[in-house]
Amino acid sequence: MKKLVMIGNGMAGIRTIEEILKLAPEQFKITIFGKEPYPNYNRIKLSNILQGDTSFEEIIMNPLDWYQENHIQLYTGEAVTTIDVEAKHVISDQGRVVEFDELIIATGSKSFILPIPGADKHGVTGFRDIQDCEMMIKSSENDKKAVVIGGGLLGLEAARGLLNLGMQVDVVHLMPDLMERQLDSIASSMLKAELESQGMNFLMEKETVEILGDERVTGLRFKDGSEIEAGLVVMAIGIKSNVKIAKNSGIYVNRGIVVNDFMETSIPHIYAVGECAEHREIVYGLVAPLYEQGKVLAHKICGLPVDPYKGSVTGTQLKVAGIDLYSAGEIVEDSSTKAIKVQNEFDGVYKKILIRDQNIVGVVLYGDTKDSTKLFRMLTKKEDVSGMTSVSLLQSETGEGGSGDVASMPNDELVCGCNGVTKGEIVEAIHKQGLTTLDQVSHCTNAGRSCGRCKPLVSQILAHTLGDQFDAAAAAKTSICGCTTLSREEVVAEIKAKSLTTVKEVMNVLGWNNEEGCTKCRPAINYYLGMIYKDEYKDDRDSRLVNEKIHANIQKDGTYSVVPRMYGGVTTAADLKKIAEVADKYDVPLVKLTGGQRIALFGVKKEDLPNVWADLDMPSGYAYGKTLRTVKTCVGAQFCRYGTQDSMALGIALEKKFERLDTPHKVKMGVSACPRNCSEAGIKDIGFVGIDGGWEIYVGGNGGVDLRPADLLYTVKTEEEVMEITGAYLQYYRETANYLERTSKWLERKGLDHVKEVLANAETRKALNERMDETLKKYNDPWTEAIQNEEIKDQYYAKHTIKVGE
Amino acid sequence: MLQTITRIPVAHYSNLKQRTGYSIKIADKEIALFKVTNGSVYALENHSPHPKGGVLSEGLVSGDYVYCPVYDWKISLIDGLVQAPDKGKVQTYIVEVEDDIIFIKI
Repeated sequence: MKKLVMIGNGMAGIRTIEEILKLAPEQFKITIFGKEPYPNYNRIKLSNILQGDTSFEEIIMNPLDWYQENHIQLYTGEAVTTIDVEAKHVISDQGRVVEFDELIIATGSKSFILPIPGADKHGVTGFRDIQDCEMMIKSSENDKKAVVIGGGLLGLEAARGLLNLGMQVDVVHLMPDLMERQLDSIASSMLKAELESQGMNFLMEKETVEILGDERVTGLRFKDGSEIEAGLVVMAIGIKSNVKIAKNSGIYVNRGIVVNDFMETSIPHIYAVGECAEHREIVYGLVAPLYEQGKVLAHKICGLPVDPYKGSVTGTQLKVAGIDLYSAGEIVEDSSTKAIKVQNEFDGVYKKILIRDQNIVGVVLYGDTKDSTKLFRMLTKKEDVSGMTSVSLLQSETGEGGSGDVASMPNDELVCGCNGVTKGEIVEAIHKQGLTTLDQVSHCTNAGRSCGRCKPLVSQILAHTLGDQFDAAAAAKTSICGCTTLSREEVVAEIKAKSLTTVKEVMNVLGWNNEEGCTKCRPAINYYLGMIYKDEYKDDRDSRLVNEKIHANIQKDGTYSVVPRMYGGVTTAADLKKIAEVADKYDVPLVKLTGGQRIALFGVKKEDLPNVWADLDMPSGYAYGKTLRTVKTCVGAQFCRYGTQDSMALGIALEKKFERLDTPHKVKMGVSACPRNCSEAGIKDIGFVGIDGGWEIYVGGNGGVDLRPADLLYTVKTEEEVMEITGAYLQYYRETANYLERTSKWLERKGLDHVKEVLANAETRKALNERMDETLKKYNDPWTEAIQNEEIKDQYYAKHTIKVGE
Repeated sequence: MLQTITRIPVAHYSNLKQRTGYSIKIADKEIALFKVTNGSVYALENHSPHPKGGVLSEGLVSGDYVYCPVYDWKISLIDGLVQAPDKGKVQTYIVEVEDDIIFIKI
């Protein structure tokens, strides 16, 4: 396999890798270095984070699992310092040497920091990555006065975010107009007035010459001698390609790393893509062109034919609440252009279209951007507009609006520029898969999953395609899957109201558009039924996904892993012997300690599972289930000199009580005997920490993808209280969480105070525990059941081998 | 090129449970056999076309589709085509049922 190395782990680079994986999944051994300590995230959404609309977890585009699944070796928090173009290897700042056959440089850009005295003081930042965001959020806690230098797209988005954080914000701009590269002075002045009414203060035509303060910034001085105060300075005046490493390696660099139409640098087998690359003297800072570049580069690297990249025309919009603004192409009239303008001061609408010869060459829209896609299409496709009237060009003015526009849109037209999804693909998905919501369309086609700008258009296409069947309110709702328009709450309410008792009945009665459901709704409905009917519900095994159906974890080669229960992580010599004998007898390829304090046997053939279980003669550890996994314990007061409580005994009691319980997602517990917390109870769904004379109960911790420390729920005195609170808490989670929602997410959604309030009522706690106990009655060990039941063995574990010729 | 087609009896129709996948090994080929709710029987290569895909016989069956148990790709049992947004195709085999015996043509 050829070795492909990529320096940089951002949107342009990863999109290129995604394209390569699609074109040639097995062709390369891929290594990626990322300077930031995260997987690839959606940098466009940073302003949404700052503005408080979204969380970091939500903007991760490729979670760590994705890298693993695609066999990509990822080094995060590690920068490449040297490219040896002769020896064809790179060296990282950790001294790691990795060879390459092909090398992609996707180092992106950094904020341009003004080279003025004081720019290195604490409290001065760019606006480019998560760290910058975190720094701004932190600053806002102490300082109330922020200054943003730069009245462009990024500067204004940053300023809006800082306003949301409760800061007073001055925006300093060198030019007389805001966003002068995207707007003409009329649109610009409308924008300024709107932002001023939102609370922003503008200092126009001011050139910053010095940042004042000792270690930390205290203010700015301008060229005219005036000064203002500032506790935080955000520089948003532009980007600067990260080219240092390329330059040092002898690769030709101008403003960016210079590439040809196939993204090749001056050195063979070394490519550059994204904001670090300069193509035909342009460095692009928007996502759509970077994705176009990625596509070309992927083909090139895979040795497949592709049209050269010829540069992009880009459209921009401002992501600030309450402002509708769009611009593309040329902005200012000259002697060779003719303009169509509409200005409606009363409604705050302004539109300008610049036409040269017969073609649209520029668009500026303010206050009403519904026509942006249509006009952008006409601009990029160079449509002849000579036969059209100004009214038909600015169609929404006539009140006929969007759907006519969608109807006339050709099928091959790109709707989502970020992900390359055409109108035809969306319409086909809607028809073929019976989609009715925006959510479903996004999931099925990827449209709208990057910058989100095309979502209104996707909605219009959905409305137009569905015609009379379109239900706007339903379309915007999050349904449990593509088979229905009902949300989780509605499904649960209907099950109760109509006394529906089986998965099939739920799907039938509630009008599923896909008779037998899918992998999302069937396990969910099965769970909800079990939660509602407690011990009366007979589990629908075939509605469970493979691991829960087989009661073992499927591995990538189709073998399974077996993890027996080891209550509280405590075992015996006799049990260890049994495990050793089984490993020997069945040639188990891997025996490993798990993260949850037990032993896993990996690589067991499916047909051997019942025999392995019979020989082990231990209960299932449910390492595969949406249920209680393990209760991790420290040694505790029995042996440890620090232990104040008997953590092992409590852990074992908890595991014995709650094992096998179906929960919306997996649940892990930890019990520590003292606040040193060796069992890591602070990152468990429920964690218990022994203190003198009692236990602290922590909830909502998570040590997985979304690392979250647990919150203290209660401090109690006795083990009985621990059991009572745990039972009530778990049952409340079972009854109110969405299927596949971890307790950490659920707790954040519900709010700790709300949960505390519910559990504060002794009656409620009692009722919750009664429902819990009733549910717990129904469970039996599934391994014993499989061993004893021939029918189950035959249906789920038998292997049929037929020799040809018999 | 000449190709021999062999007709191999693989199972009794009445023994198969609906919406369940069966893994069958014929010579060196792994085949997944499904009986769906309407009674039709399908045979496919027992492997999802995803680069790291799993065995299809373990997947959840819905109508004439099976979902890859590892990566959740939705695959048509009729023609083996992977459903959008994913792409690919699984080899399918002709199935014939006579007197309760299921034959696969290979």
